[in-house]
Amino acid sequence: MTPVIAKTIKYVTLALGSIVALLPLTVILLASVKTQQELEQGGPFDFPSSPQWGNYATFFVRGKALEGFMNTGIILVFSILGTIVIGTMAAYAIDRFEFRFRKSIVMLFLLATLVPGVTTQVATFQVVHALGAYNTRVAPILLFMGTDIISIYIFIQFMRGIPKELDEAAFLDGANHWRIYRSVIFPLLKPAIATVIIIKGIAIYNEFYIPFLYMPSRNLPVISTALFRFKGPYAASWQVISAGIIIVVIPTLIIFLLLQRHIYNGLTQGAVK
Amino acid sequence: MTTTPGMIEVGTAEPVIQRRRFIPWIQSSARTRRLGWWGTPYLFILLPVGFLLLFTYTPVVNMFWYSVTSWDGLSKEQDYVGLANYIRVFTRPEYFQVFYVSLFYFVASFAQLGIALYFATILSFQTKFKNFFKGVLFFPYLINGVAIAFTFLYFFKPGGTLDATLAFFGVDPGVLWLGDRSIANFSLAGTSVWRYMGLNFVLFLGAIQSIPSQLYEAAAIDGANKWQQFRFIILPGIRPILGLSMILAISGSIAVFEIPFIMTHGDNGTMTFVIKTVRVAFENHKVGQASAMAVILLLIVLIVTWIQRRIIPDEKVNLV
Repeated sequence: MTPVIAKTIKYVTLALGSIVALLPLTVILLASVKTQQELEQGGPFDFPSSPQWGNYATFFVRGKALEGFMNTGIILVFSILGTIVIGTMAAYAIDRFEFRFRKSIVMLFLLATLVPGVTTQVATFQVVHALGAYNTRVAPILLFMGTDIISIYIFIQFMRGIPKELDEAAFLDGANHWRIYRSVIFPLLKPAIATVIIIKGIAIYNEFYIPFLYMPSRNLPVISTALFRFKGPYAASWQVISAGIIIVVIPTLIIFLLLQRHIYNGLTQGAVK
Repeated sequence: MTTTPGMIEVGTAEPVIQRRRFIPWIQSSARTRRLGWWGTPYLFILLPVGFLLLFTYTPVVNMFWYSVTSWDGLSKEQDYVGLANYIRVFTRPEYFQVFYVSLFYFVASFAQLGIALYFATILSFQTKFKNFFKGVLFFPYLINGVAIAFTFLYFFKPGGTLDATLAFFGVDPGVLWLGDRSIANFSLAGTSVWRYMGLNFVLFLGAIQSIPSQLYEAAAIDGANKWQQFRFIILPGIRPILGLSMILAISGSIAVFEIPFIMTHGDNGTMTFVIKTVRVAFENHKVGQASAMAVILLLIVLIVTWIQRRIIPDEKVNLV
């Protein structure tokens, strides 16, 4: 095989791969600015005569998109704050201390990573119900911060790189462990915290089933469930559903373009769950 | 890994960058001399362990109990029924067929790994617009699952994106991509490949790029061509993560949920194990039956993980 042919194959397949990746969403983007009539009579690749931005307004007004974004935002902020506090505390105890049951506790955390989340909801549901958190934003917040072992893993990994002399020096200066954790360790964990914010943020923004199951009230949508429930009444109106899809994808696209490198790094560090 | 004076180094004297993933957790880097009050670590670990017990272990333990009852999730009474729920999963076709559906996803995940490996390999060599291609191929992985599912409902609908594309090339298969029982699972598995390929691709690319460049230089001096570089440098270099991904494909294909749940709700012969479980639990209110299914899934995952630990050399796997 000559280099020229090899090169051609390479770029042709790359172009093909890109088309496959981009085409489905490009068609949705087109559909989102069409009229119902244009959608029904024309083909998916036809351009609209004039862009119908009203479709986007319809999704915002009828689809409870604003409430969805707001609830997603609230859940995102509190879950991430909780995850950071819980994760760094666990990491601090596990990495910096030797204590009884330490090994058993570590094993408990590791075993928990193997439990498939979706199916245990069958039983988790009863716990959430018993806590009185059902149909509130508290339910997803508790679950997102309470079951995230990957973050603890990332914090431990990072904390191992922070020299212990720092703790020791602070201790000799009269700081107690709470101060050391808060004023020495925590600020140094910033890069790990950034990683956790990014991967956790994307995961929570995209999460569908937890809010679907625990926040069934129509007045309590997150962005995923807002889009999901929107399809019922608008099943025949692909132009507004498409607008909804684009609205949900745009924040992800912006974050991706801004934080590309961090997202790649974060994923390779925390990797797949 | 840094070695700090005064701490106990367990294990190898050589600093190993990537090691068995849970060894660093267990091998304490904590000092022998204790600073401060003995109770401090317990105060720090109390909250994390509390959450762990409440939201992971309580449900798991309860699940085992529910699975031998006929509980409906509401009533006060939980009647013990022995292994009846388990037997039902393996004897009734409506339950058992979900394993057949997972085969589609299992096969598809190998196609997915193949595509990811191909793109990771060619992009690891010098390429124009490398970052653009990398971004485009990866981006689908980041997209909201509901948005993807709806996008592909439009893609597969009669006269939708796929039909129009085929018509452009003069092909008209005239099939219902999601409506036809014999095709629906292919369409859904294809959607799943579209969604998740990017993650495998980026992980593979990262692994390939961490192979020391001297290896390629030495190979080039020896006159190795691109194929030989792939066969003898890249492939061995990413073997651990490739192996891990293949094994994860097993548990992954049984745990398929979001795409078919949103797109077809498991109808038309597309019911997967997890959809069946949650429908049995929350739509039919058979919590006992659903718990038995959840326990089976948990056991499958544990067995697969155990096999993985045995087959794959631990020290090079750097994934959680």
